[in-house]
Amino acid sequence: MNEPETEQTVAAAEIAISNLLRVGVLLSAAVILAGLLLLLATGRSGYAAGFYPTAPVAILRGAAAGKPYAVILSGLLLLILTPALRVAVSILLFLRQKDYLYAGITAAVLAVLAISFALGKIV
Amino acid sequence: MGLEISIIFGISILAGLLGALLGLGGGIIVTPALTLLLGIPIQHAIGASIVSVIATSSGAAIAYVRDRITNLRVGMFLETATTTGAISGAFIAGLISPHYLYIIFGLLLLYSAIAMIGKARQEIPAAVRAHPLAERLRLNGEYFDMTLGRTVRYPVSGVYGGFGLMYVAGVVSGLLGIGSGILKVMAMDMMMKLPLKVSTATSNFMIGVTAAASAGVYLIRGTIDPGIAGPVALGVLAGATCGSKLMTRMKSTTIRKLFIPVLMYVAVQMLWEGWVKR
Repeated sequence: MNEPETEQTVAAAEIAISNLLRVGVLLSAAVILAGLLLLLATGRSGYAAGFYPTAPVAILRGAAAGKPYAVILSGLLLLILTPALRVAVSILLFLRQKDYLYAGITAAVLAVLAISFALGKIV
Repeated sequence: MGLEISIIFGISILAGLLGALLGLGGGIIVTPALTLLLGIPIQHAIGASIVSVIATSSGAAIAYVRDRITNLRVGMFLETATTTGAISGAFIAGLISPHYLYIIFGLLLLYSAIAMIGKARQEIPAAVRAHPLAERLRLNGEYFDMTLGRTVRYPVSGVYGGFGLMYVAGVVSGLLGIGSGILKVMAMDMMMKLPLKVSTATSNFMIGVTAAASAGVYLIRGTIDPGIAGPVALGVLAGATCGSKLMTRMKSTTIRKLFIPVLMYVAVQMLWEGWVKR
């Protein structure tokens, strides 16, 4: 019976994952809120009507220039990255616990995500 | 613009609340509300809906993972099935007419709703035998149930069936472009016999991962309109945070009573999509 020990390491991993999600969510919410307030205060999006940047580089550049729509999009980008980051960090946590089976399973999930993203086909 | 934003915000809070309680992404509320109520183009509504799935998932998972209601191993293990399912779905999308799929899944959900009514009074699954593979993968778990005031230990059964249904859930989201949180909860609840709270919390944890992959693509395609998706994300995060606090204090039988009508609504919506809107 080595149950207590594994239980403890699982608990530690759960707290780490929960904290990572919290940081990702709070940070993205703060950026989105800042962008929305900027939009409501200035009344303009920073771009021509019906247009907004879609490439990550253009989004970050627009945010740096203080354009409201680009600030909101940067926050959304952070929100989208959070679950993918969560999977990546889980691999490290399982490795540190020497739980190679689950490190492998999680690595497989990340690989499939990467493939689907590269193909641009997943819906 | 201020009024529209407040309406979007209100709808999103409701979507996040319900999504966190039931393990769904909230797309079933966000998409029709944005298109029918506000006349927002469907592509932008879908872009906002995918953002709402991620917001619900991450927002609710903070509490569910910390409170140890989510079964991390079950989640990770099943994610291999949903992600590969989603890729296969996207590839075979051109080969099969979506109308038949809507009808098949509508009927499947309708059947599940009826089967769930039979379990309406069940708080915790009884007399479940652990699957040998569940032992080997250490899927069996436990959580502290606040309403019952005790730790609930649960075995996991039907590993192959659950894994298969998860793959199907992935295919469905790849084919039809819908989040399939409802199918994920069904797979864990009906096939693997997990307690309902564990099923909805684990489904919540999982839906964000597949949605994140697609959201990246949607963002680059320009379907994520910041003026709509921004307030949706904030509203859903607020709703999901409240929902996850509420869920731990609710009885499983109450959550099931909420789940059954939502299931029926989605089933009818899918049948409608397949039959009438051809």
